[in-house]
Amino acid sequence: MIGLLQALGHWSLARVARLGRGHLFLVRTLASLPRLLPRPGLVVRELFSVGVLSLLIIVVSGGFVGFVLGLQGYVTLVRFGAEESLGVVVALSLVRELGPVVTALLFAGRAGSALAAEIGLMKSTEQLAGLEMMAVDPIERVVAPRFLAGFISMPLLAALFSVVGVWGGFFVGSGLLGVDAGAFWSQIQAQVDFRDDVLNGVIKSVVFGFVASWIAVFEGYDAVPTSEGVGRATTRTVVNTALAVLGLDFILTALMFGNF
Amino acid sequence: MNARTAANAKSIAQVQIRDVHFARAGRPVFQGLDLDVPAGRVTGILGPSGTGKTTLLNLIGGRLRPSRGTVQVEGHDVHRLSRAELYALRRRMGMLFQSGALLTDLSVYENVAFPLREHTRLPEPLIRDVVLIKLEMVGLRGARALMPAELSGGMARRVALARAIVLDPVMVMYDEPFTGLDPITKAVIVKLIRELNQALGLTSIVVSHDVAETFSIADYLYVIADGGVIASGTPAELRQTDSPWVRQFVNGLPDGPVPFHYPARDYYQELLEGAAP
Repeated sequence: MIGLLQALGHWSLARVARLGRGHLFLVRTLASLPRLLPRPGLVVRELFSVGVLSLLIIVVSGGFVGFVLGLQGYVTLVRFGAEESLGVVVALSLVRELGPVVTALLFAGRAGSALAAEIGLMKSTEQLAGLEMMAVDPIERVVAPRFLAGFISMPLLAALFSVVGVWGGFFVGSGLLGVDAGAFWSQIQAQVDFRDDVLNGVIKSVVFGFVASWIAVFEGYDAVPTSEGVGRATTRTVVNTALAVLGLDFILTALMFGNF
Repeated sequence: MNARTAANAKSIAQVQIRDVHFARAGRPVFQGLDLDVPAGRVTGILGPSGTGKTTLLNLIGGRLRPSRGTVQVEGHDVHRLSRAELYALRRRMGMLFQSGALLTDLSVYENVAFPLREHTRLPEPLIRDVVLIKLEMVGLRGARALMPAELSGGMARRVALARAIVLDPVMVMYDEPFTGLDPITKAVIVKLIRELNQALGLTSIVVSHDVAETFSIADYLYVIADGGVIASGTPAELRQTDSPWVRQFVNGLPDGPVPFHYPARDYYQELLEGAAP
Protein backbone atom coordinates (compact mmCIF):
# COMPACT_ATOMS: atom_id res chain seq x y z
CA MET A 1 0.00 0.00 0.00
CA ILE A 2 2.79 2.40 0.96
CA GLY A 3 4.63 1.43 -2.20
CA LEU A 4 1.54 2.24 -4.25
CA LEU A 5 1.20 5.63 -2.58
CA GLN A 6 4.89 6.30 -3.14
CA ALA A 7 4.55 5.44 -6.80
CA LEU A 8 1.49 7.66 -7.11
CA GLY A 9 3.28 10.52 -5.37
CA HIS A 10 6.34 10.09 -7.55
CA TRP A 11 4.20 10.01 -10.70
CA SER A 12 2.26 13.11 -9.62
CA LEU A 13 5.42 15.06 -8.78
CA ALA A 14 6.96 14.13 -12.12
CA ARG A 15 3.80 15.32 -13.94
CA VAL A 16 3.71 18.61 -12.03
CA ALA A 17 7.42 19.17 -12.67
CA ARG A 18 6.91 18.50 -16.37
CA LEU A 19 3.97 20.89 -16.47
CA GLY A 20 6.17 23.53 -14.86
CA ARG A 21 8.94 22.88 -17.38
CA GLY A 22 6.44 23.16 -20.20
CA HIS A 23 5.20 26.56 -19.01
CA LEU A 24 8.71 27.93 -18.44
CA PHE A 25 9.61 26.70 -21.90
CA LEU A 26 6.57 28.51 -23.32
CA VAL A 27 7.57 31.75 -21.60
CA ARG A 28 11.10 31.48 -23.04
CA THR A 29 9.68 30.74 -26.48
CA LEU A 30 7.27 33.68 -26.40
CA ALA A 31 10.02 35.96 -25.09
CA SER A 32 12.25 35.07 -28.03
CA LEU A 33 9.58 35.74 -30.68
CA PRO A 34 10.41 39.47 -31.04
CA ARG A 35 13.99 38.53 -31.91
CA LEU A 36 12.65 36.75 -35.00
CA LEU A 37 11.44 40.04 -36.48
CA PRO A 38 14.75 40.90 -38.17
CA ARG A 39 14.98 37.32 -39.52
CA PRO A 40 11.68 36.53 -41.24
CA GLY A 41 13.41 33.98 -43.45
CA LEU A 42 13.61 31.53 -40.53
CA VAL A 43 9.82 31.62 -40.09
CA VAL A 44 9.08 31.52 -43.81
CA ARG A 45 11.09 28.33 -44.18
CA GLU A 46 9.18 26.70 -41.35
CA LEU A 47 5.86 27.97 -42.73
CA PHE A 48 6.66 25.99 -45.84
CA SER A 49 7.43 22.76 -44.01
CA VAL A 50 4.64 23.09 -41.42
CA GLY A 51 1.95 24.79 -43.49
CA VAL A 52 2.49 24.28 -47.20
CA LEU A 53 3.45 20.63 -46.87
CA SER A 54 0.25 20.04 -44.85
CA LEU A 55 -1.95 21.42 -47.64
CA LEU A 56 -2.54 18.11 -49.39
CA ILE A 57 -3.79 16.22 -46.34
CA ILE A 58 -5.97 19.21 -45.31
CA VAL A 59 -7.53 19.61 -48.77
CA VAL A 60 -8.16 15.90 -49.26
CA SER A 61 -9.54 15.43 -45.74
CA GLY A 62 -11.68 18.56 -46.00
CA GLY A 63 -13.15 17.28 -49.25
CA PHE A 64 -14.06 13.88 -47.83
CA VAL A 65 -15.50 15.34 -44.64
CA GLY A 66 -17.62 17.65 -46.82
CA PHE A 67 -18.79 14.69 -48.92
CA VAL A 68 -19.85 12.76 -45.80
CA LEU A 69 -21.56 15.80 -44.25
CA GLY A 70 -23.45 16.34 -47.50
CA LEU A 71 -24.62 12.75 -47.59
CA GLN A 72 -25.49 12.42 -43.92
CA GLY A 73 -27.12 15.84 -43.81
CA TYR A 74 -29.25 15.11 -46.88
CA VAL A 75 -30.40 11.70 -45.57
CA THR A 76 -31.53 13.30 -42.31
CA LEU A 77 -33.00 16.53 -43.69
CA VAL A 78 -34.94 14.89 -46.51
CA ARG A 79 -37.10 13.09 -43.91
CA PHE A 80 -38.41 16.48 -42.80
CA GLY A 81 -38.52 17.97 -46.27
CA ALA A 82 -35.77 20.37 -45.26
CA GLU A 83 -33.07 19.29 -47.68
CA GLU A 84 -32.65 22.87 -48.90
CA SER A 85 -31.09 23.66 -45.52
CA LEU A 86 -28.24 21.30 -46.34
CA GLY A 87 -25.86 24.19 -47.02
CA VAL A 88 -26.39 25.63 -43.54
CA VAL A 89 -25.90 22.25 -41.87
CA VAL A 90 -22.66 21.63 -43.76
CA ALA A 91 -21.32 25.16 -43.31
CA LEU A 92 -22.11 25.48 -39.60
CA SER A 93 -20.73 22.01 -38.83
CA LEU A 94 -17.50 22.88 -40.57
CA VAL A 95 -17.03 26.48 -39.53
CA ARG A 96 -17.98 26.03 -35.89
CA GLU A 97 -16.59 22.56 -35.09
CA LEU A 98 -15.15 20.25 -37.68
CA GLY A 99 -12.90 22.79 -39.40
CA PRO A 100 -10.89 23.81 -36.34
CA VAL A 101 -11.03 20.43 -34.55
CA VAL A 102 -10.28 18.06 -37.43
CA THR A 103 -7.61 20.42 -38.79
CA ALA A 104 -5.95 20.49 -35.36
CA LEU A 105 -6.01 16.68 -35.18
CA LEU A 106 -4.58 16.39 -38.70
CA PHE A 107 -2.04 19.09 -37.89
CA ALA A 108 -0.92 17.10 -34.84
CA GLY A 109 -0.53 13.95 -36.94
CA ARG A 110 1.22 15.57 -39.89
CA ALA A 111 3.09 18.67 -38.72
CA GLY A 112 3.14 18.32 -34.92
CA SER A 113 4.68 14.87 -34.96
CA ALA A 114 7.24 16.03 -37.55
CA LEU A 115 8.17 19.04 -35.42
CA ALA A 116 8.58 16.93 -32.29
CA ALA A 117 10.63 14.30 -34.13
CA GLU A 118 12.85 16.91 -35.80
CA ILE A 119 13.62 18.78 -32.59
CA GLY A 120 14.00 15.52 -30.63
CA LEU A 121 16.45 14.19 -33.20
CA MET A 122 18.38 17.46 -33.13
CA LYS A 123 18.66 16.97 -29.38
CA SER A 124 19.71 13.33 -29.59
CA THR A 125 22.36 14.10 -32.24
CA GLU A 126 23.76 16.94 -30.09
CA GLN A 127 22.78 19.61 -32.62
CA LEU A 128 21.00 21.63 -29.93
CA ALA A 129 24.00 21.27 -27.61
CA GLY A 130 26.21 22.32 -30.52
CA LEU A 131 24.14 25.47 -31.01
CA GLU A 132 24.43 26.30 -27.31
CA MET A 133 28.20 25.92 -27.46
CA MET A 134 28.27 28.18 -30.53
CA ALA A 135 26.52 30.78 -28.34
CA VAL A 136 23.29 30.39 -30.31
CA ASP A 137 20.12 29.99 -28.27
CA PRO A 138 18.32 26.87 -29.58
CA ILE A 139 14.98 28.20 -28.36
CA GLU A 140 15.43 31.33 -30.44
CA ARG A 141 16.97 29.64 -33.47
CA VAL A 142 15.12 26.30 -33.63
CA VAL A 143 12.02 26.34 -31.42
CA ALA A 144 10.55 29.83 -31.83
CA PRO A 145 10.39 29.83 -35.67
CA ARG A 146 8.67 26.44 -35.65
CA PHE A 147 6.26 27.45 -32.94
CA LEU A 148 5.35 30.67 -34.76
CA ALA A 149 4.96 28.85 -38.07
CA GLY A 150 2.58 26.34 -36.49
CA PHE A 151 0.62 29.10 -34.80
CA ILE A 152 0.22 31.03 -38.07
CA SER A 153 -0.49 27.95 -40.19
CA MET A 154 -3.25 26.38 -38.13
CA PRO A 155 -6.00 29.02 -38.61
CA LEU A 156 -5.18 29.25 -42.33
CA LEU A 157 -5.33 25.48 -42.73
CA ALA A 158 -8.59 25.34 -40.75
CA ALA A 159 -10.11 28.01 -43.01
CA LEU A 160 -9.02 26.08 -46.08
CA PHE A 161 -10.42 22.87 -44.61
CA SER A 162 -13.81 24.52 -44.06
CA VAL A 163 -13.90 26.05 -47.54
CA VAL A 164 -13.04 22.76 -49.23
CA GLY A 165 -15.51 20.94 -46.96
CA VAL A 166 -18.37 23.28 -47.94
CA TRP A 167 -17.53 22.73 -51.62
CA GLY A 168 -17.46 18.97 -50.95
CA GLY A 169 -20.90 19.17 -49.35
CA PHE A 170 -22.14 21.22 -52.29
CA PHE A 171 -20.74 18.70 -54.77
CA VAL A 172 -22.57 15.80 -53.10
CA GLY A 173 -25.73 17.68 -52.14
CA SER A 174 -26.28 19.65 -55.31
CA GLY A 175 -24.27 17.72 -57.86
CA LEU A 176 -25.26 14.17 -56.91
CA LEU A 177 -28.41 14.40 -54.78
CA GLY A 178 -30.21 17.23 -56.56
CA VAL A 179 -30.42 19.92 -53.87
CA ASP A 180 -31.01 23.30 -55.50
CA ALA A 181 -27.71 25.17 -55.82
CA GLY A 182 -29.28 28.56 -55.23
CA ALA A 183 -30.98 27.33 -52.05
CA PHE A 184 -27.72 25.76 -50.86
CA TRP A 185 -25.71 28.99 -51.10
CA SER A 186 -28.47 31.45 -50.16
CA GLN A 187 -29.25 29.49 -46.98
CA ILE A 188 -25.58 29.69 -46.03
CA GLN A 189 -25.55 33.41 -46.75
CA ALA A 190 -28.67 33.98 -44.67
CA GLN A 191 -28.00 31.71 -41.72
CA VAL A 192 -24.24 31.74 -41.11
CA ASP A 193 -23.33 34.72 -38.95
CA PHE A 194 -19.84 36.14 -39.34
CA ARG A 195 -19.35 37.08 -35.70
CA ASP A 196 -21.12 34.18 -33.98
CA ASP A 197 -20.07 31.40 -36.32
CA VAL A 198 -17.08 32.30 -38.47
CA LEU A 199 -15.22 34.42 -35.93
CA ASN A 200 -15.77 31.91 -33.13
CA GLY A 201 -14.44 29.18 -35.41
CA VAL A 202 -11.38 31.31 -36.16
CA ILE A 203 -10.82 31.90 -32.43
CA LYS A 204 -10.96 28.15 -31.87
CA SER A 205 -8.42 27.46 -34.60
CA VAL A 206 -6.11 30.16 -33.22
CA VAL A 207 -6.29 28.60 -29.73
CA PHE A 208 -5.79 25.09 -31.14
CA GLY A 209 -2.85 26.31 -33.25
CA PHE A 210 -1.20 27.81 -30.19
CA VAL A 211 -1.68 24.68 -28.06
CA ALA A 212 -0.79 22.18 -30.81
CA SER A 213 2.41 24.07 -31.71
CA TRP A 214 3.39 24.45 -28.06
CA ILE A 215 2.90 20.76 -27.34
CA ALA A 216 4.85 19.72 -30.45
CA VAL A 217 7.92 21.89 -29.86
CA PHE A 218 7.97 21.17 -26.13
CA GLU A 219 7.69 17.41 -26.56
CA GLY A 220 10.59 17.49 -29.02
CA TYR A 221 12.72 19.73 -26.82
CA ASP A 222 11.98 17.73 -23.68
CA ALA A 223 12.47 14.33 -25.36
CA VAL A 224 14.85 11.80 -23.85
CA PRO A 225 17.75 11.96 -26.35
CA THR A 226 17.52 8.38 -27.57
CA SER A 227 15.68 6.82 -30.51
CA GLU A 228 13.09 5.42 -28.10
CA GLY A 229 12.75 8.80 -26.41
CA VAL A 230 12.15 10.56 -29.73
CA GLY A 231 9.56 7.92 -30.65
CA ARG A 232 7.76 8.45 -27.35
CA ALA A 233 7.87 12.23 -27.81
CA THR A 234 6.27 11.90 -31.23
CA THR A 235 3.52 9.68 -29.88
CA ARG A 236 2.92 11.97 -26.90
CA THR A 237 2.64 14.94 -29.25
CA VAL A 238 -0.22 13.37 -31.18
CA VAL A 239 -2.01 11.98 -28.11
CA ASN A 240 -1.63 15.08 -25.93
CA THR A 241 -2.61 17.42 -28.74
CA ALA A 242 -5.72 15.36 -29.51
CA LEU A 243 -6.77 15.34 -25.85
CA ALA A 244 -6.01 19.03 -25.36
CA VAL A 245 -7.86 20.05 -28.53
CA LEU A 246 -10.95 17.99 -27.71
CA GLY A 247 -11.01 19.23 -24.12
CA LEU A 248 -10.49 22.85 -25.13
CA ASP A 249 -13.12 22.50 -27.84
CA PHE A 250 -15.70 21.62 -25.22
CA ILE A 251 -14.69 24.55 -23.02
CA LEU A 252 -14.64 27.03 -25.90
CA THR A 253 -17.94 25.76 -27.29
CA ALA A 254 -19.54 26.09 -23.87
CA LEU A 255 -18.23 29.65 -23.55
CA MET A 256 -19.20 30.68 -27.07
CA PHE A 257 -22.51 28.95 -27.61
CA GLY A 258 -23.55 27.74 -24.15
CA ASN A 259 -25.51 30.88 -23.14
CA PHE A 260 -24.08 30.70 -19.61
CA MET B 1 46.42 19.07 -5.93
CA ASN B 2 49.84 17.63 -6.74
CA ALA B 3 53.00 19.61 -7.35
CA ARG B 4 52.66 19.53 -11.09
CA THR B 5 49.09 20.83 -10.99
CA ALA B 6 50.20 23.62 -8.74
CA ALA B 7 53.00 24.44 -11.17
CA ASN B 8 50.53 24.57 -14.00
CA ALA B 9 48.26 26.83 -12.00
CA LYS B 10 51.07 29.32 -11.65
CA SER B 11 51.30 29.62 -15.43
CA ILE B 12 48.46 31.46 -17.13
CA ALA B 13 45.59 29.04 -16.56
CA GLN B 14 42.86 29.21 -19.16
CA VAL B 15 40.58 27.04 -17.04
CA GLN B 16 40.65 26.61 -13.28
CA ILE B 17 38.42 24.03 -11.64
CA ARG B 18 38.21 24.04 -7.87
CA ASP B 19 36.42 21.61 -5.55
CA VAL B 20 33.74 20.83 -8.10
CA HIS B 21 30.97 18.50 -6.97
CA PHE B 22 28.40 17.28 -9.47
CA ALA B 23 25.83 14.48 -9.34
CA ARG B 24 23.57 13.09 -12.04
CA ALA B 25 20.32 11.33 -11.09
CA GLY B 26 21.58 11.04 -7.52
CA ARG B 27 24.86 9.39 -8.61
CA PRO B 28 27.94 11.45 -7.77
CA VAL B 29 30.10 12.16 -10.83
CA PHE B 30 32.59 14.59 -9.30
CA GLN B 31 33.43 14.89 -5.63
CA GLY B 32 35.91 17.71 -5.16
CA LEU B 33 37.52 17.87 -8.60
CA ASP B 34 40.55 20.19 -8.91
CA LEU B 35 42.10 20.78 -12.28
CA ASP B 36 43.97 23.47 -14.24
CA VAL B 37 44.25 23.87 -17.98
CA PRO B 38 47.19 26.05 -18.96
CA ALA B 39 46.83 28.51 -21.82
CA GLY B 40 48.30 27.65 -25.21
CA ARG B 41 48.86 23.98 -24.42
CA VAL B 42 47.16 20.70 -25.26
CA THR B 43 45.72 19.21 -22.08
CA GLY B 44 44.44 15.65 -22.20
CA ILE B 45 41.69 14.39 -19.90
CA LEU B 46 41.77 10.60 -19.77
CA GLY B 47 39.55 8.15 -18.02
CA PRO B 48 37.33 5.14 -18.61
CA SER B 49 33.82 5.52 -19.98
CA GLY B 50 31.33 6.91 -17.50
CA THR B 51 33.81 8.83 -15.36
CA GLY B 52 32.39 12.20 -16.36
CA LYS B 53 34.80 13.41 -19.06
CA THR B 54 32.06 14.84 -21.27
CA THR B 55 30.31 16.18 -18.17
CA LEU B 56 33.52 18.04 -17.37
CA LEU B 57 33.45 19.78 -20.77
CA ASN B 58 29.80 20.67 -20.24
CA LEU B 59 30.69 22.17 -16.86
CA ILE B 60 33.46 24.23 -18.45
CA GLY B 61 31.10 25.36 -21.22
CA GLY B 62 28.43 26.34 -18.69
CA ARG B 63 25.88 23.83 -19.98
CA LEU B 64 25.84 22.12 -16.58
CA ARG B 65 26.02 23.69 -13.13
CA PRO B 66 28.03 22.10 -10.29
CA SER B 67 26.35 21.64 -6.93
CA ARG B 68 29.53 23.01 -5.30
CA GLY B 69 32.83 24.49 -6.39
CA THR B 70 33.86 26.87 -9.14
CA VAL B 71 34.80 26.65 -12.80
CA GLN B 72 36.76 29.65 -14.05
CA VAL B 73 37.55 30.32 -17.69
CA GLU B 74 39.88 33.25 -18.40
CA GLY B 75 39.28 34.35 -14.81
CA HIS B 76 35.48 34.38 -15.13
CA ASP B 77 33.38 32.13 -12.90
CA VAL B 78 31.34 30.46 -15.64
CA HIS B 79 28.36 29.78 -13.43
CA ARG B 80 28.06 33.33 -12.12
CA LEU B 81 27.91 34.93 -15.56
CA SER B 82 24.70 36.35 -16.96
CA ARG B 83 23.30 34.64 -20.05
CA ALA B 84 24.70 37.37 -22.31
CA GLU B 85 28.13 37.15 -20.67
CA LEU B 86 28.12 33.36 -20.90
CA TYR B 87 27.26 33.52 -24.59
CA ALA B 88 30.01 36.10 -25.12
CA LEU B 89 32.45 33.71 -23.43
CA ARG B 90 31.24 30.78 -25.53
CA ARG B 91 32.02 32.76 -28.67
CA ARG B 92 35.64 32.54 -27.54
CA MET B 93 35.38 28.75 -27.10
CA GLY B 94 35.02 26.08 -29.73
CA MET B 95 33.77 22.60 -29.03
CA LEU B 96 34.12 19.50 -31.14
CA PHE B 97 31.39 17.03 -30.24
CA GLN B 98 31.89 13.29 -30.50
CA SER B 99 29.11 13.09 -33.10
CA GLY B 100 30.23 16.25 -34.88
CA ALA B 101 26.81 17.81 -34.11
CA LEU B 102 26.61 19.25 -37.62
CA LEU B 103 23.30 20.81 -38.57
CA THR B 104 21.88 18.16 -40.86
CA ASP B 105 19.82 20.52 -43.00
CA LEU B 106 22.85 22.63 -43.95
CA SER B 107 25.69 21.82 -46.34
CA VAL B 108 29.31 21.58 -45.20
CA TYR B 109 29.88 25.17 -46.35
CA GLU B 110 26.80 26.49 -44.57
CA ASN B 111 27.66 24.58 -41.39
CA VAL B 112 31.07 26.24 -41.23
CA ALA B 113 29.58 29.61 -42.17
CA PHE B 114 26.85 29.26 -39.54
CA PRO B 115 28.68 30.87 -36.57
CA LEU B 116 29.84 33.73 -38.80
CA ARG B 117 26.31 34.39 -40.00
CA GLU B 118 24.96 34.23 -36.44
CA HIS B 119 27.56 36.40 -34.74
CA THR B 120 29.04 38.72 -37.33
CA ARG B 121 27.87 41.07 -40.04
CA LEU B 122 30.65 40.16 -42.42
CA PRO B 123 29.90 40.63 -46.12
CA GLU B 124 29.26 37.44 -48.07
CA PRO B 125 32.60 37.49 -50.00
CA LEU B 126 34.50 37.69 -46.70
CA ILE B 127 32.43 34.88 -45.17
CA ARG B 128 33.23 32.79 -48.22
CA ASP B 129 36.96 33.44 -47.84
CA VAL B 130 36.98 32.61 -44.12
CA VAL B 131 34.99 29.41 -44.66
CA LEU B 132 37.27 28.27 -47.46
CA ILE B 133 40.38 29.01 -45.35
CA LYS B 134 39.02 26.93 -42.46
CA LEU B 135 37.93 24.09 -44.73
CA GLU B 136 41.36 24.14 -46.39
CA MET B 137 42.95 23.80 -42.93
CA VAL B 138 41.03 20.56 -42.33
CA GLY B 139 41.51 19.37 -45.91
CA LEU B 140 37.86 19.49 -46.93
CA ARG B 141 37.62 22.57 -49.16
CA GLY B 142 36.58 20.27 -51.99
CA ALA B 143 33.73 18.80 -49.93
CA ARG B 144 31.99 22.11 -49.23
CA ALA B 145 28.89 21.28 -51.28
CA LEU B 146 28.25 17.96 -49.54
CA MET B 147 25.51 17.48 -46.98
CA PRO B 148 26.35 15.99 -43.54
CA ALA B 149 24.58 12.73 -44.45
CA GLU B 150 27.10 12.27 -47.29
CA LEU B 151 30.16 12.53 -45.01
CA SER B 152 32.06 9.74 -43.30
CA GLY B 153 32.49 9.92 -39.52
CA GLY B 154 36.01 11.30 -39.86
CA MET B 155 35.00 13.90 -42.45
CA ALA B 156 32.07 15.02 -40.28
CA ARG B 157 34.45 15.53 -37.37
CA ARG B 158 36.84 17.54 -39.54
CA VAL B 159 33.98 19.76 -40.73
CA ALA B 160 32.92 20.19 -37.11
CA LEU B 161 36.50 21.14 -36.29
CA ALA B 162 36.50 23.76 -39.06
CA ARG B 163 33.24 25.11 -37.62
CA ALA B 164 34.66 25.09 -34.09
CA ILE B 165 37.58 27.33 -35.12
CA VAL B 166 35.80 29.58 -37.59
CA LEU B 167 35.35 32.37 -35.03
CA ASP B 168 39.04 32.10 -34.09
CA PRO B 169 38.43 30.98 -30.49
CA VAL B 170 41.09 31.05 -27.81
CA MET B 171 40.18 27.58 -26.60
CA VAL B 172 38.85 24.43 -28.24
CA MET B 173 37.40 21.46 -26.36
CA TYR B 174 37.47 18.09 -28.07
CA ASP B 175 35.01 15.46 -26.86
CA GLU B 176 36.25 11.97 -27.74
CA PRO B 177 37.73 13.12 -31.06
CA PHE B 178 39.20 9.69 -31.94
CA THR B 179 36.30 7.39 -31.07
CA GLY B 180 35.06 5.17 -33.87
CA LEU B 181 37.61 6.30 -36.45
CA ASP B 182 39.88 4.19 -38.63
CA PRO B 183 43.64 4.48 -37.99
CA ILE B 184 44.30 6.83 -40.91
CA THR B 185 41.51 9.21 -39.92
CA LYS B 186 42.68 9.04 -36.31
CA ALA B 187 46.13 10.10 -37.44
CA VAL B 188 44.60 12.96 -39.45
CA ILE B 189 42.65 14.21 -36.42
CA VAL B 190 45.74 13.91 -34.19
CA LYS B 191 47.75 15.95 -36.68
CA LEU B 192 45.01 18.56 -37.00
CA ILE B 193 44.66 19.06 -33.24
CA ARG B 194 48.38 19.44 -32.81
CA GLU B 195 48.86 21.73 -35.82
CA LEU B 196 45.87 23.93 -35.05
CA ASN B 197 47.04 24.29 -31.49
CA GLN B 198 50.44 25.49 -32.63
CA ALA B 199 49.36 27.54 -35.64
CA LEU B 200 46.51 29.36 -33.93
CA GLY B 201 47.95 29.46 -30.43
CA LEU B 202 44.90 27.69 -29.06
CA THR B 203 44.33 26.21 -25.68
CA SER B 204 43.14 22.66 -26.35
CA ILE B 205 41.33 20.29 -24.01
CA VAL B 206 41.16 16.77 -25.38
CA VAL B 207 38.80 14.43 -23.57
CA SER B 208 39.35 10.83 -24.60
CA HIS B 209 39.84 7.25 -23.57
CA ASP B 210 42.15 6.59 -26.52
CA VAL B 211 45.44 6.42 -24.68
CA ALA B 212 47.94 6.26 -27.55
CA GLU B 213 46.51 9.18 -29.51
CA THR B 214 46.03 11.40 -26.46
CA PHE B 215 49.54 10.65 -25.17
CA SER B 216 50.96 11.57 -28.57
CA ILE B 217 49.56 15.12 -28.64
CA ALA B 218 49.04 16.20 -25.04
CA ASP B 219 51.51 18.43 -23.21
CA TYR B 220 49.92 17.52 -19.93
CA LEU B 221 47.46 14.83 -18.89
CA TYR B 222 44.90 14.26 -16.19
CA VAL B 223 43.44 10.85 -15.46
CA ILE B 224 40.03 11.13 -13.81
CA ALA B 225 38.08 8.42 -12.04
CA ASP B 226 36.09 7.97 -8.83
CA GLY B 227 34.93 11.59 -8.89
CA GLY B 228 38.34 13.25 -9.05
CA VAL B 229 41.82 13.38 -10.55
CA ILE B 230 43.68 10.18 -9.68
CA ALA B 231 46.86 11.01 -11.59
CA SER B 232 48.34 13.84 -13.62
CA GLY B 233 51.59 14.61 -15.35
CA THR B 234 53.30 14.76 -18.68
CA PRO B 235 52.91 11.73 -20.92
CA ALA B 236 56.41 10.58 -19.95
CA GLU B 237 55.61 10.91 -16.25
CA LEU B 238 52.39 8.95 -16.55
CA ARG B 239 54.15 6.14 -18.43
CA GLN B 240 56.54 5.79 -15.48
CA THR B 241 53.86 5.90 -12.80
CA ASP B 242 53.69 3.27 -10.08
CA SER B 243 49.92 3.63 -9.68
CA PRO B 244 48.37 0.21 -10.49
CA TRP B 245 45.18 1.95 -11.56
CA VAL B 246 46.95 4.20 -14.09
CA ARG B 247 49.10 1.33 -15.30
CA GLN B 248 45.99 -0.76 -15.89
CA PHE B 249 44.35 2.07 -17.83
CA VAL B 250 47.42 3.07 -19.84
CA ASN B 251 48.26 -0.52 -20.75
CA GLY B 252 44.64 -1.52 -21.39
CA LEU B 253 44.58 -4.47 -18.99
CA PRO B 254 41.14 -6.14 -18.61
CA ASP B 255 41.38 -6.66 -14.85
CA GLY B 256 43.08 -4.89 -11.99
CA PRO B 257 42.08 -2.15 -9.59
CA VAL B 258 39.22 -1.42 -12.00
CA PRO B 259 37.39 -4.74 -11.76
CA PHE B 260 36.17 -6.63 -14.80
CA HIS B 261 32.90 -7.43 -13.04
CA TYR B 262 30.17 -4.95 -12.22
CA PRO B 263 29.55 -5.10 -8.45
CA ALA B 264 27.23 -8.03 -7.67
CA ARG B 265 26.33 -10.57 -4.99
CA ASP B 266 28.34 -13.72 -4.53
CA TYR B 267 28.31 -15.67 -7.79
CA TYR B 268 27.93 -19.22 -6.40
CA GLN B 269 25.35 -18.23 -3.84
CA GLU B 270 23.27 -16.56 -6.55
CA LEU B 271 23.48 -19.64 -8.78
CA LEU B 272 22.40 -21.91 -5.91
CA GLU B 273 19.38 -19.73 -5.16
CA GLY B 274 17.74 -20.66 -8.45
CA ALA B 275 16.27 -18.53 -11.16
CA ALA B 276 15.05 -15.61 -9.04
CA PRO B 277 16.37 -12.34 -10.59
